Amino acid sequence: MNQPAAHIVAEGGLVSTAKQIRKIIIEESKRANVGHIGSALSIADIIAVLFGNELRLIGTDDPLRDRFILSKGHAALALYAALHLEGVLTEGQIQTYCKDGSMLGVHPEHRLRGIDFSTGSLGHGLSIGAGTALAARMKRFDYRTFVLVSDAECNEGALWETVMFAAHQKLSNLVAIVDDNGQQALGKTKDVLDLQPLAEKWDAFGWEVHVTDGHDTTCLREVFASLDTALGKPKVVICKTVCGKGVSFMEGKVAWHYLPLSDEQYLQALGEIEEASFS
Amino acid sequence: MRRAFAHTLTELAHKDPRIVLMTADLGFMVLEEFSESHPDRFFNVGVAEANMVGLATGLAASGFIPFIYSIATFASMRGYEQIRNGPVLHELPVRIVGVGGGFEYGHAGITHHALEDLALARVQPGLTVIAPGDHRQAAAALADTYQLPGPIYYRFGKRDDYELPRLDGRFRLGRTEILQEGDDLLIITLGALSSEAVLAARLLGNRGIETTVALVSSLQPPPWDDIQSLIGKFPVALTVEEHYPEGGLGSMVCEIAAGIGASCRVLRCAVGTSPGSYFGGERYLREANGLTGQGICATALKALGVHDA
Repeated sequence: MNQPAAHIVAEGGLVSTAKQIRKIIIEESKRANVGHIGSALSIADIIAVLFGNELRLIGTDDPLRDRFILSKGHAALALYAALHLEGVLTEGQIQTYCKDGSMLGVHPEHRLRGIDFSTGSLGHGLSIGAGTALAARMKRFDYRTFVLVSDAECNEGALWETVMFAAHQKLSNLVAIVDDNGQQALGKTKDVLDLQPLAEKWDAFGWEVHVTDGHDTTCLREVFASLDTALGKPKVVICKTVCGKGVSFMEGKVAWHYLPLSDEQYLQALGEIEEASFS
Repeated sequence: MRRAFAHTLTELAHKDPRIVLMTADLGFMVLEEFSESHPDRFFNVGVAEANMVGLATGLAASGFIPFIYSIATFASMRGYEQIRNGPVLHELPVRIVGVGGGFEYGHAGITHHALEDLALARVQPGLTVIAPGDHRQAAAALADTYQLPGPIYYRFGKRDDYELPRLDGRFRLGRTEILQEGDDLLIITLGALSSEAVLAARLLGNRGIETTVALVSSLQPPPWDDIQSLIGKFPVALTVEEHYPEGGLGSMVCEIAAGIGASCRVLRCAVGTSPGSYFGGERYLREANGLTGQGICATALKALGVHDA
């Protein structure tokens, strides 16, 4: 029933799209002098594949559009960048990021076109996504719901309530994506509250589990294309990622969960992103 | 009221396919009429209230009118942040149904006594807050409000065998209903405890004190005009509620009185003791807090300067 949206994939394909998302993340976080850069860079490739290739009718209010919920709302800048590249947000809108009176805050706000739900409190997005997935089944609509959660978000007990519900109801049209970068606000996840073995946990809870390289756009595209959302279990795609991916001095460094960029760091980060190829 | 709710919702759902009912594994001998009539729109989500709020948010955003059902403590508090960031923030028609306000779960203890649910609900912008006085009004309130565009918190009592005199099932959002009129004292009451307020008024009448009893059934929107008009006519008003004094009916009346600069003195009959200090049945707990007809009457006599009660 649904026609794929006319995705505006950057010249050079999804790798280039991801690169452009990273550039916007660096430019706008510098302009606004705010942090959460590492978290946004961590999901740049996932977002590039979803918005550049996978999601249908995104940015519209069509009831048959795929739903996307960025449950790890603190990475909203990556989402804004993708919406801009898709033509949903203008250049002018993007440049209001974190300005007074803007619709573009650190966490996404549902009044902004292209954002279905406001997020920012971890552990909430998957339950809303299960609701939209349940609604699709009840209405016999074939849209899908994608919910991107962080690995540390799996600390939240409420998330596992939804994991159980979705499995019990066999919500095959619900896709959770875990940004498994191994880091959280104050340390490594293995040191704060060890989540591993994460894939086995989701499997034990009755989900169809896929594990992939969260920075390889080809692998990501193939995994998403392989999902049979009409049948079976709910799906989870555990994406192995690196927090701060693409900027050498940020990669794997806990501090970049929060820090803004100095002028020198900004130029280095932009330069590295320009030169890099991630796939 | 809870059976009136379940029956009315079942009837409404025959006509309105948007209605969905979810429960967090509660409602034995209450929800069967709905679940048997509309099995495709009934979900027991398990003992997981926070998830239930999120599910309802997603359903409401997709065109459904989901009702989420639990005991009032769990319905109002376990998923409170999800309520705030879900249906309240997104202005969605989720209906949070809290059963058994105040001491209605008696011996079950403080974990089951909703004594702050109305305060919590009342501070959320755009969250309509409804607490009917009896089962007929509960049915009317549900039928009258279920299609409102924004979220609603309903506090329904457990009893379905009692009717407030002279109410006749009337419900008007943002208004009060007058149960009896008198010139000496004003009692403003709310919810299932209103039966005790009516009894207090009768006891006062026996002593020659004529009381107006006004029933408040919606705290949000507040019945501002009606309360303003009423408190302008009396030197003393008693508010009666099964709730902590802070944040509920009494607070609302005080806010209106202060807002208009009324000279009326407002005394709040509410739950004043600390939680968990004792166990007992509903009657015992009401007595311990001065919330029986006799207790309310005694408070009124004291307020009026009659000391031989």
